[in-house]
Amino acid sequence: MVPLSWYLMLSAALFCIGVFGVLTRRNAIGILMGIELMLNASNINLVAFARFLHPAILTGQVFTVFVITVAAAEVAVGLAIVIAAYRNMHLVNVDEIDVMRW
Amino acid sequence: MQFSIPHITVQDVIHFITIQRIMFAALGALTLGSALLVVTLKNIFHSLLFMALAFLGVAGIYLLLNADFIAAVQVLVYIGAITVLMMFALMLTQKLMSGKITQTMEQWILAAPISLGILVILFRILVLNNWSAADHIALTTPSMPTTPIIGNALLTKFVLPFELASVVLLVAMVGAIVLAKEDKSDGSS
Repeated sequence: MVPLSWYLMLSAALFCIGVFGVLTRRNAIGILMGIELMLNASNINLVAFARFLHPAILTGQVFTVFVITVAAAEVAVGLAIVIAAYRNMHLVNVDEIDVMRW
Repeated sequence: MQFSIPHITVQDVIHFITIQRIMFAALGALTLGSALLVVTLKNIFHSLLFMALAFLGVAGIYLLLNADFIAAVQVLVYIGAITVLMMFALMLTQKLMSGKITQTMEQWILAAPISLGILVILFRILVLNNWSAADHIALTTPSMPTTPIIGNALLTKFVLPFELASVVLLVAMVGAIVLAKEDKSDGSS
């Protein structure tokens, strides 16, 4: 049996890698990839706690299904925004898209 | 009366435990290594491919946690849908993704201490708490198919969030189509 703390450490490490990706990427799609890594880390936490704390109810796994749903919706809208920005301004780097900057 | 326990030697138990932990270590190394390549590679198309590998490793972690349905959904949705969708978006914006353009901002010097600090804080909190009681719960519970339990929960206790999730998906789909649609109207463009 793998202890619960191992899963939590893996999830914490994955989350921090995602944070690093979000903070450093210039490409908007790269930022979305970092967000996906962070969501995966939270999903690992949810499933691990569902397995270890309430193994017969699995509320955490139900929540994971919702998180995956919202992640899919977020990626669809985010990529549509990226494509629209590319079509209108020919830019996908977030430090160059500054038409709304004051 | 006492139930007769099937004869499992201590060596067998230790062997089983070791295999699970070895699998966990391999999958965790695969996931973390791929994730590191995702955030550091210059060529963003390669990093997208490594993101699919990281998702596969996470699916394996779900299998280790007896979450068979979630693992299947992970492979279907994350690898099958999200990665392919991002691939489409990358190819549509291909002109700007050649390997020569630098893909990372100059602020990685600031970002590395921030993410490392979050990691240290999380690990400190993890070490401060004692999680071994939860290990005992999981050790005494048999594994079971999770799909009927999740289905029952989705249609009884969580029926309202379930319907809301479908509405969210519909709204996101319509919104994505509207955002990405070619603007054919004259005038503004």
